[in-house]
Amino acid sequence: MTDIKLSAQEMARYARHIAIPEFNVEGQKKLKAAKVLVIGSGGLGSPVLLYLAAAGVGHLGIVDFDVVDDSNLQRQVLFTVDDVGKSKAETAKKRLHALNPHIKITVHNTRLTKENALDLINQYDIVADGTDNFPTRYLVNDACVLSGKTNVYASIFRFEGQVSVFNYLNEDGTRGPNYRDMFPEPPPPGLVPNCAEGGVLGVLPGIIGSLQACEVIKVITGIGEPLAGRIFLFDAASFTTRTLKVNKNPKTKITELINYEQFCGILPTNVSEVKEITVKELYHLQVQSTDFQLIDVREPYEYEIANLEGELIPLGAIAESAERISRDKKVIIHCRSGKRSADAIRELESLHGFDNLYNLKGGILAWSKEIDSEIPTY
Amino acid sequence: MAKIIIPTPLRKFTGNASTFETKGNTVKEAIGELVHSHPNLSRHILDDQNNIRSFIRVYLGENDINELEKEETSVLDNETISIVPAIAGGIA
Repeated sequence: MTDIKLSAQEMARYARHIAIPEFNVEGQKKLKAAKVLVIGSGGLGSPVLLYLAAAGVGHLGIVDFDVVDDSNLQRQVLFTVDDVGKSKAETAKKRLHALNPHIKITVHNTRLTKENALDLINQYDIVADGTDNFPTRYLVNDACVLSGKTNVYASIFRFEGQVSVFNYLNEDGTRGPNYRDMFPEPPPPGLVPNCAEGGVLGVLPGIIGSLQACEVIKVITGIGEPLAGRIFLFDAASFTTRTLKVNKNPKTKITELINYEQFCGILPTNVSEVKEITVKELYHLQVQSTDFQLIDVREPYEYEIANLEGELIPLGAIAESAERISRDKKVIIHCRSGKRSADAIRELESLHGFDNLYNLKGGILAWSKEIDSEIPTY
Repeated sequence: MAKIIIPTPLRKFTGNASTFETKGNTVKEAIGELVHSHPNLSRHILDDQNNIRSFIRVYLGENDINELEKEETSVLDNETISIVPAIAGGIA
């Protein structure tokens, strides 16, 4: 740390860190020397980036290809109304530089893929994973293991959050457990909805992301005991916390990056095609007063936000509700984007032999875009 | 009675109940009672051979049952069984 210098301005800025005996100037210099890659600048990424920038982490990388949407502002505190429609990563960079001009921020306005992951991660010391889907979770984990980087992990769903430090470098040179030791395989698609479908309490990523930032700082400075070999669970609804042990699994073998979409069952090789109908065709059926049945397989709360007056049978209950579905006329099934309704059709066709089911292409989102802009999107 | 904590993603199969009281003497018995009371939960926790699925971890207290005696691990009164699934949310 001898070649890292803190200016008088920086010494003043970080005075409350430097006053902590365990931290001192040495800890602050370690932060300045550190390079942290934050994957995702959304719900978790917002507090992680804000606190790491404020704390003086010398180089922050931001991976995000998304743009700011109205529905992000309930929890993604990096962004304001004026930012809607703009690049998240670029907007985050401006905001963070305004917060701390002493640090370097690199924007990677791209989707993390198996082609670029190792190259990106190799440019940094530590990764903070705040992504929103299983394929990227496994990609980040495997790339961290292959490149020997610590992966500070956090994840949220509704009122619940998880935090852990994966692939931590122990004093004896061994590595701590990683995500695959905890979860060798992802759940099947559809069991665990993402935040868009399942919802998340806006303040939850603030809490969980702050814990994630705290672990990043601990790993960089070597202060305290990092959350390695353990996973922290928080349930905001009941205000219960648990810290559980995570053990290495001798069966875990990571030797190369793989096709993560396929691994997570998102691009299954043998999924049958379902019959489709466009929103324009549905509109014409309505205008012509054709007799058909419209079924909505979303959750009740989604129905409250917006609906096309279809019969509500959530996907989880579709298989046992076959008697409510007509066999002698055209049945159109829809959801938000068309994915869950396709799953519902496959389930009904394979379990109950339906042959009159049509998937509404693009779901209620397409209806709002092409037919009726009064229908809110979410 | 021991307690099983149901994680949020599985609560749609338990009528939104977040905990389940069980008299089971082993983890296997406790999970058996749980899925007996909430049959729709079964296929999300157990595979066709009634083994716990690989994307779910089951804990007794703070310990993974795989580090104890797996599904035969004894459960005492007042102990807590946690079912921990992978969740992926963060950015969106």
